[in-house]
Amino acid sequence: MQQEIVELILQTAGEIAEEEEWEIKNFEADTVLYGENGVLDSMGLVSLVIAVEQAIEDQFGKAVGLADEKAMSQSKSPYRSADTLAAYAASEMQDA
Amino acid sequence: MGQPVTLITGSRKGIGRHLVEHLCGEGHAVIGCSRGESGFQHPGYDHHVADVADEAEVRKIFSAVRKQHGRLDNLINNAGIASMNHSLLTPVSTVRKILETNVIGSFLFCREAAKLMKKNKYGRIVNFTTVAVPLKLDGEAAYVASKAAVEGLTNVLAREFADYGITVNAVGPVPIETDLIRAVPEQKIAELVKRQAIRRLGTLSDVVNVVDFYLRRESDFITGQCLYLGGV
Repeated sequence: MQQEIVELILQTAGEIAEEEEWEIKNFEADTVLYGENGVLDSMGLVSLVIAVEQAIEDQFGKAVGLADEKAMSQSKSPYRSADTLAAYAASEMQDA
Repeated sequence: MGQPVTLITGSRKGIGRHLVEHLCGEGHAVIGCSRGESGFQHPGYDHHVADVADEAEVRKIFSAVRKQHGRLDNLINNAGIASMNHSLLTPVSTVRKILETNVIGSFLFCREAAKLMKKNKYGRIVNFTTVAVPLKLDGEAAYVASKAAVEGLTNVLAREFADYGITVNAVGPVPIETDLIRAVPEQKIAELVKRQAIRRLGTLSDVVNVVDFYLRRESDFITGQCLYLGGV
């Protein structure tokens, strides 16, 4: 499941990068998304998180919030990479 | 753009119901929600029973809109409750209820609507405030505080959403013959009307006129505004 979410995140990130004309076009599972050396600014992260929430709902039929207090307060940010975001999404989907 | 897709909260009665009928008549696909079932039936109307302050229920409405229409053009955040009472006699449970429906409800719908609107780089959000805010109406502390918060939200969200082509504005009606003011003593209403430049009760058409103005495509340079009726 988590690997499927990683792929979904990478695909979604690529689509938004195209739409919003980001400098980066190709994402890997360990590409640093946000924070130190991250490729996204805060607006880019907003776009990505919203699009991933919608993509997860479309593909898995589960509405998960990836920008709630829990996500913001994690000691290791879930927004670090597609891998970490997928891990966080998978745990949220289990609770949903 | 095809048929405009419009979401109206508090759509079962009063101003909300009137807006539903008006916009269905204008050819919009209208999605309404309220705490109870709606008696209104129209091929272009879908009703959801939900508490506007319940995040999970609100998310469900937006999921349904996204599945059915794939987009949202307009949000009219009309749902609201009031309480006429001296602050010394107002239970905190009442204050909480007012803040939840008026502030949290408006916030949740703005947030979820913007997520959907962002994709098309187009959206119109209309929030509801009241002339009781600028008139500093005594006896309505919690209601006025909640609507002042809605004005604050409107101002800040207008800036946050501007890059997405979404405008956020508010309309502040004067008293209108709806359930919301039925409990307010006549003398109180008369005193309030006296403080308006144009001294009469508002009508549903007065409100519709402002909403229509905000929703126009040509109103894309108008955001973060709060328009009070009656010259308040």
